[in-house]
Amino acid sequence: MNTRIIPVNYNYLAPTTLAEALTVLADKPRVKILAGGTDLIVKLKTGVDIPLEYLMDIKRIEELKLPKYCQRGLFIGPLATLSQLEKDPDLQKHYPALAEALRAMAAVSVRNMATMAGNLCNASPVADTAGPAICYGAQLKLENITNHRIIKAEDFFTGPQTNVMTPQEILTEIFLPQPLANCGGAFRKKTRVKADIAKISATAVLAREGNIITHCRIAMGSIAAVPLFLGELSAGLIGQEMSPDLRREAGRKAAETIKPIDDNRTTAGYRTAIAGLLVEEVLAAAWQRAGGEL
Amino acid sequence: MAKQEIKLTVNGKIYHLEVAPNEILLNILRDKLFLTGSKYGCGIGECGACTILAGGRSYLSCLIPAVAADGWEITTIEGLAKGEELTPLQQAFIDEGAIQCGFCTPGMVMTATALLNENPDPDEEYIKDYLRGNHCRCTGYIAIVKAVQAAAEKQRQG
Ligand SMILES: Cc1cc2nc3c(=O)[nH]c(=O)nc-3n(C[C@H](O)[C@H](O)[C@H](O)COP(=O)(O)OP(=O)(O)OC[C@H]3O[C@@H](n4cnc5c(N)ncnc54)[C@H](O)[C@@H]3O)c2cc1C
Ligand code: FES
Ligand code: FES
Repeated sequence: MNTRIIPVNYNYLAPTTLAEALTVLADKPRVKILAGGTDLIVKLKTGVDIPLEYLMDIKRIEELKLPKYCQRGLFIGPLATLSQLEKDPDLQKHYPALAEALRAMAAVSVRNMATMAGNLCNASPVADTAGPAICYGAQLKLENITNHRIIKAEDFFTGPQTNVMTPQEILTEIFLPQPLANCGGAFRKKTRVKADIAKISATAVLAREGNIITHCRIAMGSIAAVPLFLGELSAGLIGQEMSPDLRREAGRKAAETIKPIDDNRTTAGYRTAIAGLLVEEVLAAAWQRAGGEL
Repeated sequence: MAKQEIKLTVNGKIYHLEVAPNEILLNILRDKLFLTGSKYGCGIGECGACTILAGGRSYLSCLIPAVAADGWEITTIEGLAKGEELTPLQQAFIDEGAIQCGFCTPGMVMTATALLNENPDPDEEYIKDYLRGNHCRCTGYIAIVKAVQAAAEKQRQG
């Protein structure tokens, strides 16, 4: 494989307004959106078959840029890079599980280029920001030339590298609602070496009143065809009293729910063996961040 | 797949170039501008050998289509020294023996330059974490980390 070059030809477009970009998508066939390129350019170089007549660079569209925090929550523009987000004080304060995921991703130069929107749209089952997006109840705004729709993060992924978007749509906003009071979140991933793609990851976001869990969302990565929301398990924990036994039981159920496979990073057996422990760990860490005692 | 004209400022010099949409910035730097300091290691973002700076931050030139860099002001390893005068970081790499074959060195120095832009007083953990995307297959990392620490110290003393 020659990773020196991009072995395919295409036309390059760099619109400067969203309206222009949406028109391109409506009018032209086989347009591929380029954000940071840290997934897409790697795929093009390594020969992944992507139908491509036009590469549309969206990085010159000013209106898609910055993260913005308000009383309702955090609006993340699709061009906000992982580095910008990681350093955002509002994000660090209110969405610690996402901050942890961002810090654990790649290395500084990739993070200076890569976007969270690209991480989600690429729809890899390992995407590190997917779990935090799901657990914080992220709403994804998908726009085409005539309409927009809002999709919950947990409904966005449809399979490995696929999502609900049509080729005419752009993800124009990731919205994270303001977390509840007494809320805590945590993200953990296991890797072969530091700064690697996850062999498995888990995220939990909880809220509490005293020792009782009043809100709970758990998600896992690299253990199924999509980043997985463990909805039933999460709902079952609401109203229960937090305890080591409860965490252990939640871990056991999580390990039963997932559908891992063997791949070049690790085995299904390892993933199943470690899943429960990882879920216990994120529940404990999220609980402590919510001010709860272990 | 018509060629497009782009403007690049590299190490302070302005270039107007005709590039195809699938040409990679690293190859333009190396093959058209003959700035061969930036290296091709992996081509897929894993090794850091191709690291350049734009706006003081580090980027991987192996993953950037040249057309997407239109208008950028870039610094490559060739642009750090002022004539014969090396930057404190470059000198520290030599003094600490942080170079063996030298293949990783341009990328390492560019990332470490960005590091010192961001944090003039980094501790060892910070340096290791910041350089985690730059791979060296021969020197080992201890001398490299020491070089960054020595350069930081020197810069702080002015
Ligand atoms: C060395 C290296 C290490 C990495 N480590 C990690 C890691 O630890 N964890 C991890 O999860 N990932 C990792 N990645 C993968 C990658 O960096 C991330 O997924 C990144 O967030 C992708 O963002 P991007 O802006 O570069 O996307 P791009 O490559 O530009 O785009 C990715 C996909 O999303 C589409 N797209 C992008 N933006 C939009 C939009 N607004 N609307 C519609 N479609 C869009 C593109 O068309 C493309 O299909 C790594 C990559 C490299 C090269
Ligand atoms: S050549 Fe660019 S990261 Fe390896
Ligand atoms: S000095 Fe040889 S790879 Fe680092």
